[in-house]
Amino acid sequence: MKKDKKINEFLYFALRNKKLRVGLIIVLFFLVLAFIGPMLTHNKPFAYVNPRGAEPPSSEYWFGTTFFGQDVFAQFAHGLRATFLVGIIGGGLGTLIGILVGFTAGYRGGMVDEILNVLTNIVLVIPTAAVLLIIAAYLEVRSILMECIFIGFTAWPWAARAIRAQTFSLRTREFVDLARMSGMRSIKIIFTEIAPNMMSYLVMTFILQFGGAILIAATLNFIGLGPTNAVSLGLMMQIAVLWGALQLGSWWWFIPPGLAITAIVGALYVMNVGLDEVFNPKLREM
Amino acid sequence: MRRYFGRKLLIYVLTFFLAVTIDWLIPRFMPGNPVQTMLSRAALHAEAMEVMRGYYTRAFGLDVPIWQQYLNFWAALFHGDLGTSVYMFPTPVARVLARAVPYDLFLLIPSILLSWYAGNKFGAFAARSKWLDNTISPLGYVLTATPYMWILLAWFFGIVLGVFPIAGAYSFAMRPHLSWAFIGSVLHHWFLPFVSLFLVGFGGQAIGMRNMIIYELEADYSHYLEALGAPRRLVRKYAFRNAILPQITGLALSLGVIVAGALVTEVVFSYPGIGYLLLAAIQNQDYFLIQGCFLFIILGVLIANFAIDIAYVIIDPRTRRGMTGETA
Repeated sequence: MKKDKKINEFLYFALRNKKLRVGLIIVLFFLVLAFIGPMLTHNKPFAYVNPRGAEPPSSEYWFGTTFFGQDVFAQFAHGLRATFLVGIIGGGLGTLIGILVGFTAGYRGGMVDEILNVLTNIVLVIPTAAVLLIIAAYLEVRSILMECIFIGFTAWPWAARAIRAQTFSLRTREFVDLARMSGMRSIKIIFTEIAPNMMSYLVMTFILQFGGAILIAATLNFIGLGPTNAVSLGLMMQIAVLWGALQLGSWWWFIPPGLAITAIVGALYVMNVGLDEVFNPKLREM
Repeated sequence: MRRYFGRKLLIYVLTFFLAVTIDWLIPRFMPGNPVQTMLSRAALHAEAMEVMRGYYTRAFGLDVPIWQQYLNFWAALFHGDLGTSVYMFPTPVARVLARAVPYDLFLLIPSILLSWYAGNKFGAFAARSKWLDNTISPLGYVLTATPYMWILLAWFFGIVLGVFPIAGAYSFAMRPHLSWAFIGSVLHHWFLPFVSLFLVGFGGQAIGMRNMIIYELEADYSHYLEALGAPRRLVRKYAFRNAILPQITGLALSLGVIVAGALVTEVVFSYPGIGYLLLAAIQNQDYFLIQGCFLFIILGVLIANFAIDIAYVIIDPRTRRGMTGETA
């Protein structure tokens, strides 16, 4: 009963928040497009369908065709799927590792905290993108899943730091002390007493990691170090730039993928601020 | 104070050690062989192949056991010897890097400092002012979410307007020398990469500052000041001072990300810095050049972090007292 009320209250403020609404609509729009897009076209992303080469958008090819006569819309729709996949798996993995490290460090404190802290700082300071670049370059066949795992394993320190700080401040609250005195096990305390109190925080961390993973993946793909066996938005842009779409003025080739990434990640960030306002009444605009 | 720096230094030394080890490990445990690359480039017949293989293996120090290679690597490192580039054989890696680094500094330092300064000023300005917040903040989000700024920039300025060049650090028709024409050409080529780095950094900083200021303005001390009837400007001034501290830490932490952004920017604009070099090294499987580039990036990030740590102590007096003893 009480829980229902809480959810209702959350929904009330969530739906009234303009930032959250706008962000959510944009993300959902692209998500739906990623689902149904590939079904709207029978062209394969890399098939040479238009013998006339590069052509601007038309009723036959909605986003035009590439220099080689490939259907840009087919590439775009399939690439969008890859983008969401990387966001969910890569961002999810990053969040998960961040949660594990953050909870452990923040709750246990002492030596464990020190060690994990040093580890987090080290991974934070090392420009992971450079490491990713090198690893990606040495693997000849790369799959999307592999890319997700790379990203997840290098993106967690931000999440870990933030979650550790929150756990640290919750650890000394009375209700946690009470739970500890009643003989509850640490793991149970973390998941039943601490985690629910920072659920909003965890959700926001996931959204940020989601957006971050998409950006990193786009960067890697753009330099040509992305998955070797799949289309992605970054790869589309790389091929476009490589084959002189800029010089030839084939804007339809590289604008859609760049715009989609910007829109998705930007919408995620805006959503995050909106959520912050929903969860934290102090931040709401008066 | 000493303890604070001691701890920081320990982390830096550990990071450096670990990074160098990873740096040494990665190329060696991945498929591919630089000697083979060199040989296939030469395309000799079988006998000459063997002689050359022996020569190159010795020349690159790959003929000793792996642990000794590791020790040799450290020893050479302290002599400033980073090995010989495979891709630009026989130029030493250190010299290849020395040619690229000035471009990096020239590109990164102004764009980081300016975007940080302008972003913070702007974010503080936009916070809680309805009109600005609704127009400029979304722009900030778009800017941070766009690694592709550079493409659009390159497209608009390089092709559509034909005003700014999009490749190289100076005109291909010139050789580096000291003259106004050359300096003009360098600045001309520098502009687009600089602006794209600046804009992406600016967006992130402005958004961060906006959020921080809102938190500070809702803090008890701000409400108290307001209740006392302090002018809005004064309250904002205090809020700004408190909000700027996390922004400095944020800058230190995001250096790695900025450097990564710079790597890609250099690739896009064919700007001959470390990023451009790194990609060329990777494509040519040049062990030593990859190691050198990575090492340089690490060193740069660590030094910058240390500089920020020192700045932090100067700006925040609490660091001088509080953080000396306590760890949390």
